[in-house]
Amino acid sequence: MREFSFHRAASVADLPAGATIIAGGTNLLDLMKHEVMAPESLVDITRLDLDRVEAEGDGLRIGALVRNSDLAAHPTIRRDYAVLSRALLAGASGQLRNMATTGGNLMQRTRCPYFYDRRMACNKRDPGAGCAAMGGVTRNHAILGASDHCIATYPGDMAVALRALDAVVEIDGPSPRRVPLADFHQLPGDTPHIETALQPGDLITAVVLPAPVAGQHRYRKVRDRASYAFALVSVAAVIRLDGGTINHAALAFGGVAAKPWRDPDIERLLTGREPSDALFAEAADLLLRPARGQGENKFKIPLLRRSLIATLRDATGMEATA
Amino acid sequence: MTRHLRVDGPNHDDRLDHMAQGVLGQPLNRLEGPLKVSGRAAYAAEARPANLAYGVLVQASVPAGKVLDIGDAPGALAVIQDKRMVRYAAQGQAQKAPKSGPDQVEYMGQAIALVVADTFEAATHAAQNLMVRYAAEDVPVNPDAVTPELPPQKQASAGDLDRAMATAAVSVDAVWHTPSHGAAAMEPHAAIAQWDGDRVTIRAGLQMLSSNRAQMADALGIRASKLRLLAPYVGGGFGSKLGINAEAVAAAIAAKELNRPVQVSMTRQQVFDLAHRRSETRQRVRLACDPDGRLTGIGHDVLVSNLPGSEFSEPVTQATPFTYEAAHRQIVHAVARIHRGCAGSVRAPGEAVGVTVFECAMDELAEAADIDPVELRLRNIPEDEPVTGRPFSSHKLAEALRDGAQRFGWSDRRPNGQRAEGEWLIGMGMATAVRVNMLVESRAKVTLLQNGQAIVETDMTDIGTGTYTILGQLAGEMLGLPVDRVEVKLGDTDFPPSSGSGGSFGAASSGNSVYLACEDIRRQIAKAMGCDEPDLTLQNGMARAGNIARSLSELIDGSLTGEGHLEPGKTEKSVRQATWGSHWAEVAVNRWTGEVRVRRMMGVFACGRVLNEKTARSQCLGGMTFGIGIALTEAMEHDSRDGHAVSRDLAEYHIPCHADVPGLEVHFLSERDAYVGPLQAKGLGELGICGAGAAVLNAIHNACGIRVRDLPATPDKIIAGLEARA
Repeated sequence: MREFSFHRAASVADLPAGATIIAGGTNLLDLMKHEVMAPESLVDITRLDLDRVEAEGDGLRIGALVRNSDLAAHPTIRRDYAVLSRALLAGASGQLRNMATTGGNLMQRTRCPYFYDRRMACNKRDPGAGCAAMGGVTRNHAILGASDHCIATYPGDMAVALRALDAVVEIDGPSPRRVPLADFHQLPGDTPHIETALQPGDLITAVVLPAPVAGQHRYRKVRDRASYAFALVSVAAVIRLDGGTINHAALAFGGVAAKPWRDPDIERLLTGREPSDALFAEAADLLLRPARGQGENKFKIPLLRRSLIATLRDATGMEATA
Repeated sequence: MTRHLRVDGPNHDDRLDHMAQGVLGQPLNRLEGPLKVSGRAAYAAEARPANLAYGVLVQASVPAGKVLDIGDAPGALAVIQDKRMVRYAAQGQAQKAPKSGPDQVEYMGQAIALVVADTFEAATHAAQNLMVRYAAEDVPVNPDAVTPELPPQKQASAGDLDRAMATAAVSVDAVWHTPSHGAAAMEPHAAIAQWDGDRVTIRAGLQMLSSNRAQMADALGIRASKLRLLAPYVGGGFGSKLGINAEAVAAAIAAKELNRPVQVSMTRQQVFDLAHRRSETRQRVRLACDPDGRLTGIGHDVLVSNLPGSEFSEPVTQATPFTYEAAHRQIVHAVARIHRGCAGSVRAPGEAVGVTVFECAMDELAEAADIDPVELRLRNIPEDEPVTGRPFSSHKLAEALRDGAQRFGWSDRRPNGQRAEGEWLIGMGMATAVRVNMLVESRAKVTLLQNGQAIVETDMTDIGTGTYTILGQLAGEMLGLPVDRVEVKLGDTDFPPSSGSGGSFGAASSGNSVYLACEDIRRQIAKAMGCDEPDLTLQNGMARAGNIARSLSELIDGSLTGEGHLEPGKTEKSVRQATWGSHWAEVAVNRWTGEVRVRRMMGVFACGRVLNEKTARSQCLGGMTFGIGIALTEAMEHDSRDGHAVSRDLAEYHIPCHADVPGLEVHFLSERDAYVGPLQAKGLGELGICGAGAAVLNAIHNACGIRVRDLPATPDKIIAGLEARA
C-alpha cells in the first residue's frame, strides 16, 4: 500500500482539492491494498451530516452516507420502494452492508479479475494498456454495452434498483447539479477509465427518489451461490397492472453491462398489453437484440432472457410452473 | 521407558469401552475454544517480537523463464534473492525441500524474492513496484496441450474391460471434468522467524511439524537440531500446510541476513497462487453390469496435471479398486506436465473428486439398469477386496446405506422431474462415502504429577479439528482424570515427533501414541499398587485394585512419565483399511435460472471408535460442506494463456457459506476396528467429503433430469441443460 495522507472532513466545504473520498471504504481499501488505486491523500467524509433519509416533495432524499443496512431497513423504503430494499439485501454481506454507504456504493468498481491483478493489462487501470480479460476468463463479463477496450461490468445491486426507480444523483462541487442515475455511470467506449459523471472536486451528497410507484416490486438476482456473490445477472422490476393490462413497467438489469442497463423499448412494448408468455418472450428478444457474448459469458444471454421472463411472470401473478 | 507398538495384527481388546472415567467419546466442547473466540489464541502471524521486520514475497509475472535482474526497492531494508528459497511448497511428509535457485520461474506467481521493510505496508508497496526483468519462455499451461505421462506403477488392470463393456447388458461410458480447487483455509500462510546464534525458531501455520522441520533444515542447509518450529494454533490447513512454503523459508533467510525477527505473511491472493492446488481432473468412467445390476466391468481413466518434476499426482482412483466388485477392471492414470501452480494434497486428495465422479457414474448406471441407486450399490459390495482378496479391516457400507435410506426417507423419492414447489424442482440423491485409512508413526510423552494433573506433550498440531480436546479426553480416560486436569501441549518440535495432521490420520495416530504413553504410566502405578496393569482402575485421581484404593498423590513421588511410540505395521498390507458411509441430499433447482439450493443433507459414517462425538460431527459437517462446494460452487479458474489462477480471493472463489449450507445431519454407526491400533479408531476428517458432492449432483438429476458432468454445477450449466431440452 502506498503511503497516503488522511484528513477527516468537518464539512462539505472542508474537502481538500485532489483528495480521494473515502466513506465506508469497503471497496477502496481493497483496491488500495493491491495498489489498483494509490491515492496520495484520502479525505474521510463519514462525519459529514449526510446520513438522513428525508421527504422531498412526493419523493425521498437519501443522504450519501446512509448505510446500506439502514436504507434497506428504512420503513418508507420497505413500503414504497421495496425493489430498493430487496436489491440492497441481495448485495454483499451483513458486515459489508453495515459499512457501505449510498454514495460509496454508486462508486463501487468492477470485479473484473484482470482489473484487480496488476500483472494484467487493463485499460481501466492504465488507459491504453490493453485488455487482458478479452480472451481470458470472461465468465462474469458484459454482454451489453461493452467495447473493444473494456468488457467489465458494474457489479452492484443497489444502483440497479435505483435505475428502475428513476433515481437522481445530487452532486456538490464546483458546479452543484443533479444527474439522473441513467447518466451517472458511463459505458466504456474508448475511455473505460471514465466510469461516472463525477468531475474533480465533486462529492455525491444524496440520491433522490421520485414519488413512489405502487405495484409489484421485484429484485431477482441470479448468482453462483446463495451467500455473498456478485450477480451473474439481476433484474429490478416495478410492474403495475390495471384491469388485466400492464400500465407501468420499469425494468433495470445488473451484471450485464458497465452500468445498470435499462431499455425503454421493452417498457413501451409491455405497457398497455396483457401479460402473456408470448409478450414476455418478445420483450426478452428486444432486450437481447444487441447482446454479445465474450466466450465464457455467452450463457448470460439465455440466463437474462429466462430471468426477465420469470420476473415478469412473478410480478404479473402468472403461475411459476406453467 | 517408551511403550512401543507396531500394529502388526488385530487387537480385539475393547478395554476403552470399559474404563472408569467415562470421558472418551463424550461430546465435549473444544478445550481451546474460549481462547479462540476471544482472540487470545495467537496464530502464526500474531506474535509481535521486538524489532520485528516485515517481508513480502515478490511473485513472478511470467509463466516460465529466467529472472534476469531485480531492481531497487526504495524504502525497503532489503531485497532478498536466495537460492535456498523454495519453488513451491513441499509435499506432505517429504523430507526434502523443493529448493530452486529463485532465478528459474516455473509458473506464474512463483515467489522469486522477498522485500523486507519496517512495516508490512512499506514492504508491500516496494514489492508491488519492484522492476523485474525476465527472459520469458513459452511453456504449456493447459492439460490438453501436452502428451501426458503414464507412470507405470499407477496403471492397473484385471480381466478384459473392453470385452465386458461390449457384452454388458447395461453400461455407462462418460467423461467428467473437475476444476482446480484451492484449500482456502481461513488463516493465510504466515511465518515469523527469529535467530539466536545458530539456532532459529519459526512460528508458522503448519500441519506436520516433524517433516516440516526436516524440509526446513534441508532448505536452509542447517541441522534439524538447530531448528525449532512452533504451530500452537493453525487456522485450517486442508492440505495446504502439509509442507513448508515460500513464506517460512524466506522469513528464516531474511531474519538471518538482517539479524532481527522477520514476519512474512501471504495475502489471500498469494495463497491461491502459492499454496498447492488440487489438480483439475478429466475422468472417464466405464461401468458394465448384468441385467440384475451386478457389475462386470469397472474402468476409471483419469488425467491430472502437475509441474514437470513434481512427484505428486492427484490420486483420483484411490478408492476405485476396492469399492465395488467386478471381474474386469482397468485404471489409467495420466499426468500432464504443465506450468500451472504446483498441485498437491487438498481436502481428501483422490476421493474428493474421484469418488464424487464415480458415484455419479453409479447413479447413471442405476438409471440405465432401472434399479434403485441404493439397491445397485448393495448388490455390488465385495466380500473381500477385489483382485487382492485381502479382508477388510471393518466394513459397514451396507449398514450405512440401509440406515441412511431409512433415516432420510429415501422411499419418498419420486421419478425424475416429478416434484415441484413453485419455481423450484425438487430431487433427492445419494452416494457411497469411502476413504482409505492410514496410520502414521507417532510419539507422545505424558507426565502425571503428584497433584493429579497430567501433561501431554507431542508435536502434533490442532488445525481446528479438536486435537487438543481428544488427546485430553484420551489421557483423562486412561489415567482416571477429569479433562480439566489434563494439559495438552502441541505444535512444538521440542516435543516428541508425531504424525502431524493430514490424510485423516492425525487423531488415530497421535491418539494411539498418547494411549501407549498412558499405558506406560498405568504400568508404573500398577507396580506401586502391586497389581497387574489390566486389573488397575483409575478414576477421579484414585487408583483401585481389588480391595485396595489409594489416591494418586500417595502413590506418586514427584511425577511419573510415560512415552508412547506407535508405528504402522503389517496391517497396512494384510487388510484393506477404509472408512465407509453414505451421503444423502435433497436439492431444489430453479426451473428458470438454473440455481441449485441444497435443502437438506445427511451423512451416515462408520469410522471405528468415535473419540469425541461433537468434534467428530463437526469434521463431518465441514466435509459435507466441501462436498457442496465441489458439486456446486468451487472452481479455481486458470487463464488459458499463462495458466495463472484467475479466481484469487474469497469473493470470486466460492466456498459454500451459511446461506448455501442447510441443516446438515450426521449419524455415526457403532464400530470398533481391530486392525488400527488399540484405539480401534479410524480417520474421519475427510470421509465426509468423499462422495458428498455426488449426492448433490445425483439429486439435481432427480429434480430436473439434467446430468452435469463438468463441475461445479453452476447456473450456466443447468440452464444449458434446460435450454437443450426445451
